Amino acid sequence: MNLINVKNLKKDYGSDDLITSVLHDLSFKIEKGEFVAIMGPSGSGKSTLMHILSFLDRPTAGLYEFEGRNTEGFTDAYLAELRNERIGFVFQSFNLLPRTSVLDNVKLPLLYSKKKNHDALAKKALDSVGLSHRLNYYTNQISGGEKQRVALARALVCDPAVIFADEPTGNLDSKSGNTVMYILQQLNDQGRTVILVTHETDTANHAKRILRIRDGNLVSDELVKKRTIATPDQDLIK
Amino acid sequence: MNISAIVKLVVKNLLARKGRSLLTILGIVIGVAGVIIIISLGAGAQSLILGQVTKLGSNLLFIEPTKNIESGAPVPGLIISTLVNNDVDALRSPSRVPHAAAVNAAVNGLASVTWGSKSIDTSFTGTDSYYSQVTNFTMQSGQFFNSQEDQGAANVVVLGSAVSEQLFGDSGVNPIGQVIKVKSSIQAKAGGIPLRVIGVIASRGSSFFQNQDDMIFLPLTLGQEQILGIHYLQGVYIKVDAAENIDQTIADVNLVLRQQHRIQNDVNIDFAVRNQADAVKILSTITDALKLFLIAMAAISLVVGGIGILNIMMVTVGERTREIGLRKAVGATNGVIRNQFLLEASMLTGLGGVIGIIAGVIISYLISLLMRQLGYEWAFVISWVSVVLAVGVSILTGIVFGLLPAFKAAKLDPIEALRYE
Repeated sequence: MNLINVKNLKKDYGSDDLITSVLHDLSFKIEKGEFVAIMGPSGSGKSTLMHILSFLDRPTAGLYEFEGRNTEGFTDAYLAELRNERIGFVFQSFNLLPRTSVLDNVKLPLLYSKKKNHDALAKKALDSVGLSHRLNYYTNQISGGEKQRVALARALVCDPAVIFADEPTGNLDSKSGNTVMYILQQLNDQGRTVILVTHETDTANHAKRILRIRDGNLVSDELVKKRTIATPDQDLIK
Repeated sequence: MNISAIVKLVVKNLLARKGRSLLTILGIVIGVAGVIIIISLGAGAQSLILGQVTKLGSNLLFIEPTKNIESGAPVPGLIISTLVNNDVDALRSPSRVPHAAAVNAAVNGLASVTWGSKSIDTSFTGTDSYYSQVTNFTMQSGQFFNSQEDQGAANVVVLGSAVSEQLFGDSGVNPIGQVIKVKSSIQAKAGGIPLRVIGVIASRGSSFFQNQDDMIFLPLTLGQEQILGIHYLQGVYIKVDAAENIDQTIADVNLVLRQQHRIQNDVNIDFAVRNQADAVKILSTITDALKLFLIAMAAISLVVGGIGILNIMMVTVGERTREIGLRKAVGATNGVIRNQFLLEASMLTGLGGVIGIIAGVIISYLISLLMRQLGYEWAFVISWVSVVLAVGVSILTGIVFGLLPAFKAAKLDPIEALRYE
């Protein structure tokens, strides 16, 4: 069973008079456990595609099956539940809550879930990104690389089926970026599906497969031949 | 998402902006405090009026002279001389007004009182010996004048406790037996009539906005003829023997006075009979109208406070757009976001309500202290209904004025919100 099955997916914006077509007729499948990079220049529609795949937006036409189920009839509330339970987000600009501790930031998705033992789950997630020593720090007291690792822990805390990382290294120096990519590869090695959205080839080469989008069309879909393996950062070696 | 988690979150958000939160609820605080104070003062005033009614004595009728209806409303300063001593004699006839237990006539005025080198201005009542039967009071020392002294216009006077204190307090002289000089304040004539003090009435506080301790009492005809220089009365009190005979007595009094004044036509009636229940009713009507007006003012304050909440919540939603986007991305439904902001607004106003109640209770208490200091028997009353109402209304204000910002937050598009700078 495919994790994601997209067929003739279309997305238009605007009203009757002025329709801007962002995605035309996309079709592809993503298996469970894959590490896929969606690549394309800005304006190509890759972000729109990610928003649809991660249930932040709905397609105008076409089929989107998630875990074997057609998502067309899903209610907004159910999509929110899916985002909470099946999807983890990592954003370019981290999107951590200000004036809030690292631990509370990671606990945020748990607030909207049915899971119990919030503290234990959040600590476990922070441990997996090597931030156990920063639990009670505030988000303005840690570095950019650490912020993105907090965001990774937040994405992991509800044990999602797939992690969406939207330009996760875009705001980071190369060393911190490398650490983030290392963690993503590790998560993938543990069997988790990762979908990376980026416009940088260097970043995309960390994935196993690259989908190239241009002007709303899928222009290529190929496996990465010479995959970059990120080296672990010193403070992550346990 | 469970309630306690939302509450915790909201409390944290409010505490993170303490200063702003407090300023936001100021309007609500003032509105609620206003409601509490007004209702407390209303209850205090009511208890004061009721207390004075019982102090004056129950089953009391009051007859006052009026211009007849034909000549229109009485003009301030107009002298109405229609009620005279003969009328009182007629009212005292047991065959004509059988249920009158006591009939007391009175005139009032302002007087200058001199003892030795001390001189004070006070008010006086010229009354007869029946005064003690229509009014409740006790003597501090000496006694009230009797009917012989009254009818003989004896040169005697009874002092209110405050007057006695002002005149004799410093010297330590026993006022009984001392001679004071009394003259009407409006008469330029120097000197005054020398009167011997025969009694001092114990303190009884204020009644109907007049301090009864700051008064002197002298025989009716003395007051009429020698001090005021008049031959008519300003009021007659009738004590009715039992409550069930009040209506009958009012009818009897009307009949007697119409005969005395030879009135055939209703338009020529030149007196009015009032009973205490009427007086209380009139006062209650006035205080109720005033209360309603003040509550309307307080309601306006609550609305203005609510608009303040609306304003600040809109700003808050704008400021927290990214946070709202993030919460939605990680699984918050529109409903959860809406409830979070609704709860935030209603907790703000609820807190405003609580602070307002505390402020209102404290201010009401201080006012009651002040009123007691001024000599009124003022009760400090806080009605539970007003407290519950105030909190309820303020929370409702938060919900009503929080709806718009809460729906705005709930409707935010998470993609747009996450991009928001």
